[in-house]
Amino acid sequence: MDFKELVISKVKEKFNDFVVEITDFRGDLSIEIKPEKIVELSKFLKEEPELDFAQCIDVTAIDWAKRKNRFTTVYHLYSLSKNFNLRLKATIEDAKDPQIDSVTSVWQSANWYERETWDMYGIKFNNHPDLRRIYMPETFEYHPLRKEFPVMGIPGSLPLPQKEED
Amino acid sequence: MHKQIDINNDEKLLNKLLESDPDLTIEDALENEMIINMGPQHPATHGVLRLVLRLDGETVIKCVPELGYLHRGYEKMAENMNYYDYIPHTDRLDYTANLCNNVAYVLAVEKLAGIEVPERATYIRMIINELGRIAGHLVAVGTFALDVGAVTAFMWTFREREFIQNIFDQLIGARFTTSYTRFGGVASDATDETLKMIKEFLERFKDSFDEFERLLNTNRIFVERLDGIGILPKDDAIALGITGPILRGSGVEYDIRRAKPYMFYDKMDFKIPVYTECDSLARYFVRVDEIKESAKIIHQCLEQIKPGPVLANDPKKVLPYKDEIYTKMEELIHDFMLVNFGINPPVGDTYFSVENPKGELGFYFVSNGSGHPWKLKIRSPSFCNLQALPLMVEGQMISDVVAIIGSIDPVMGEADK
Repeated sequence: MDFKELVISKVKEKFNDFVVEITDFRGDLSIEIKPEKIVELSKFLKEEPELDFAQCIDVTAIDWAKRKNRFTTVYHLYSLSKNFNLRLKATIEDAKDPQIDSVTSVWQSANWYERETWDMYGIKFNNHPDLRRIYMPETFEYHPLRKEFPVMGIPGSLPLPQKEED
Repeated sequence: MHKQIDINNDEKLLNKLLESDPDLTIEDALENEMIINMGPQHPATHGVLRLVLRLDGETVIKCVPELGYLHRGYEKMAENMNYYDYIPHTDRLDYTANLCNNVAYVLAVEKLAGIEVPERATYIRMIINELGRIAGHLVAVGTFALDVGAVTAFMWTFREREFIQNIFDQLIGARFTTSYTRFGGVASDATDETLKMIKEFLERFKDSFDEFERLLNTNRIFVERLDGIGILPKDDAIALGITGPILRGSGVEYDIRRAKPYMFYDKMDFKIPVYTECDSLARYFVRVDEIKESAKIIHQCLEQIKPGPVLANDPKKVLPYKDEIYTKMEELIHDFMLVNFGINPPVGDTYFSVENPKGELGFYFVSNGSGHPWKLKIRSPSFCNLQALPLMVEGQMISDVVAIIGSIDPVMGEADK
């Protein structure tokens, strides 16, 4: 049994009721899970010695614009000992006020990646230790990578520095 | 991009700085300790990185990096242009090694769209990739030495880098804004003259780089200044998702060229330098050794490269040559379709990462089958490596902060995207 099948069978064995979809496109294995189980699955993937996904190398999200479940968060994991990349996905059902549990308790590195995702997509990560914006100023009102945000920006949304009077 | 500089108005940031002891009020802290801003305009932060430091005397108690001063919205722009249009923008990510980014981007799109590349084009890509790595590392070690006060080393590395820029000028016609790679190959063939120029450079470079190493490696001021500062233990490096020379300087033998070989790296004979000291000096030695290994790879490529086409013949996805567009009907139609509507990769998402001078550069594409990506996420190594900075500087002297930033070698063009 190669490692890909092992990952699939291990995940199915434990989380069968919560796995939404497993895809294999161009050699990239991707597992979609119900959002409420994301932390549990992450912990399992990291701590199961046969899988050993010790590194979370990226967290991002996809804005599907017109779909009913608008946001999908995407996690890229890497197992150093097994040399294998895995992608986790979780589709958030609430489009108005998207929230998902943070995986920072499992992977420390997710801290900044989740801050970036919050900044760009406005997805709230519950239990995140320090959920501030990372690129845009704290006073900025929009989330720029959402599809409704125009490419040219919104005039006046970023105030220019005030000139100091002498 | 304007961000508020006045930290007294930035309540969340101050809370973050003071979070280590909750009983402390801001007034107390300001009386006994100092909160200072380092950057964004600071010569040693390699761009516009801003650090807010809380100091007790000269010791750093807490460090909070602030990013975003060079944020240009490259991921947003990618969603609104076709795959070809985006190649020039990849030059501007890590601008010290722009050819590596060009190569990484086209490899990622080729994986998504399923484009085959001719052998000669792959060899040319490997040569420029390694030359880019040498150039990037030369800037890294040169500015690193400059940060700790060794000005001569900086001059010498930039002199060598100038020769590499001349090679790019000869091969591509541009020194910095290269945009040389195309899907399915490269923009123009490497002439014999260029290959000879690369060979001559490598001959010369071996001696001059030895000289550079003799200047620094036995220099007590340089070595003792860096020895044992900016410690990043192995477990922390893995937990923080660190990649590249910093991870290898912390004793983890992980190089994507070896772990998940792309192009012809599986055919090449090269070593992966690993140091277990976990400090700033170890990171310097990793970079120096990698420069030598890159030179070895280029030598092997130059031996193995054979004449042949440098662009794939795949009219639905690869732009045809200009002279064929002007003389043949079919090619004209394909060119028109590609320029106006772009390549249409199948619906799906792929992640592809390469080993860049700074670490793992990854491109995550989500395609909905149209000519432009639905989403592009750039996993930039500088951004991810900067996350380890607070851990490295806390407990160190303020004068070491400069050296530690130099050893991480962030490029803000990439970190801020």
